[in-house]
Amino acid sequence: MKEHLLGLDGWSGEEILEVLDHARTFRKVLDRDVKKLPTLKGITVANLFFENSTRTRMSFELAEKRLSADIINFSASTSSLKKGESLRDTVDNIWSMKVDMVVIRHVAVGSSHFIARRCKAVVINAGDGSHEHPTQALLDLYTIRERFESFEGLKVCLVGDALHSRVIRSNVLGLKALGAKITLCAPLTLLPFGVEQWGIDVTCDIEEAIAGANVVNVMRLQLERQTAGYIPSLREYSTYWGIHKGLIDLMDKDHIIMHPGPMNRGVEITQEVADSADSVILPQVTNGVAVRMAVLYLLSPRIGETQ
Amino acid sequence: MIELLDSTQLARSIKRIATEVVERNSGAKNLAIVGIRTRGVPLAERLATEIEALEGIRPPQGSIDITLYRDDFRELTDSPNVGGTSILFDVSDKDIILVDDVLYTGRTVRAAMEEIIDYGRPSTIQLAVIIDRGCREFPICADYVGKKVSLKENEYIEVRVMEIDGEEHVVKVDRNS
Repeated sequence: MKEHLLGLDGWSGEEILEVLDHARTFRKVLDRDVKKLPTLKGITVANLFFENSTRTRMSFELAEKRLSADIINFSASTSSLKKGESLRDTVDNIWSMKVDMVVIRHVAVGSSHFIARRCKAVVINAGDGSHEHPTQALLDLYTIRERFESFEGLKVCLVGDALHSRVIRSNVLGLKALGAKITLCAPLTLLPFGVEQWGIDVTCDIEEAIAGANVVNVMRLQLERQTAGYIPSLREYSTYWGIHKGLIDLMDKDHIIMHPGPMNRGVEITQEVADSADSVILPQVTNGVAVRMAVLYLLSPRIGETQ
Repeated sequence: MIELLDSTQLARSIKRIATEVVERNSGAKNLAIVGIRTRGVPLAERLATEIEALEGIRPPQGSIDITLYRDDFRELTDSPNVGGTSILFDVSDKDIILVDDVLYTGRTVRAAMEEIIDYGRPSTIQLAVIIDRGCREFPICADYVGKKVSLKENEYIEVRVMEIDGEEHVVKVDRNS
């Protein structure tokens, strides 16, 4: 097992499956009346959310509490960041309080790598800018596996803002490691530089991308992308790239619909599709807690390892 | 290596334990059997079969992996693989027979009890083991024992079962040999 979870870059299929196997155990615990385990008693986790988040933060907090870890929370809006403290000083201070694990979300690419170098705590990346969001990808993979068991030859279509999306980046790395067949679909302006080197199929044509797919994972369209000039209008985006029933009909008959949330209903996905029987958007959220429990469990430091 | 029980003796022990369980619980109606991974699981299976032979009712069966409840979790060098607990029946108000191969420090049993209680509130939890080797570190004792042995410091017990080890007997092994 790796020392930190900074991204899925460099993770082998085997390592990913180890996390997913453990997540299965924790998923079962979530169905019990008593959902708490004593496993991480005595471990302190700092949740450092320099960027706003509801779902990821709650999911991590819940996962930590379910494992009996002690938690300290930090959010940018109420912290001394407002007084001008640097990331480095904030982290040094939190480290001095003797924590064992750090979960961090920060707008700067590589922020979690920086912290992993700076202190001896185990670091879990909860999203660093437009770089990676590994636990989201792991929970997506878990949800896919729950339905299809194997990734070999599975057709997965990722739709949305690949230029800014850390979810897409982590998903591509994970899916590639597990042998899925990936097609990425986005407007030309929202495709990142060098995407042709990712070794996946890339197209701007959603019909072509989604045809025969088993999984469609729809990314949120950040509404501010319009004002930044990446797309002419939301209306145009939803006409050409919004996922509606007609497109779902083109998929393999064995299919699921995913979205990492929060959704802009009527923009990247229609109401009808989001609430359809094949939508696994809410199971994704439940699985997220189990997957994060697995990550915390597998990476948790042993006595004497951190301080 | 000294053989403590051969396969026939092991089978007889389980049969006797089944009789004792049924006697003490006045039948098998309210029983459920939970094996502690790894070797407690096949042993629980045998016990259920023997009870069924006696009473005509097969008690519900489960297995338990205590990894997540260990008190030395943070001292282990690696996060061990969790085989997963499978208790698919409601434990509430049941008489649970907890089955393990060897009873030693009592720490495994403590962890297993804690886990069972997280599933509900059983009426009783009773402990059945094949070998009680003494040296308890917790105030725990078995309700049903196959054989009691006392060991020297350098000796340990191995219970081998067909499903896992491909052979069936109980041996005493000398660490130095």
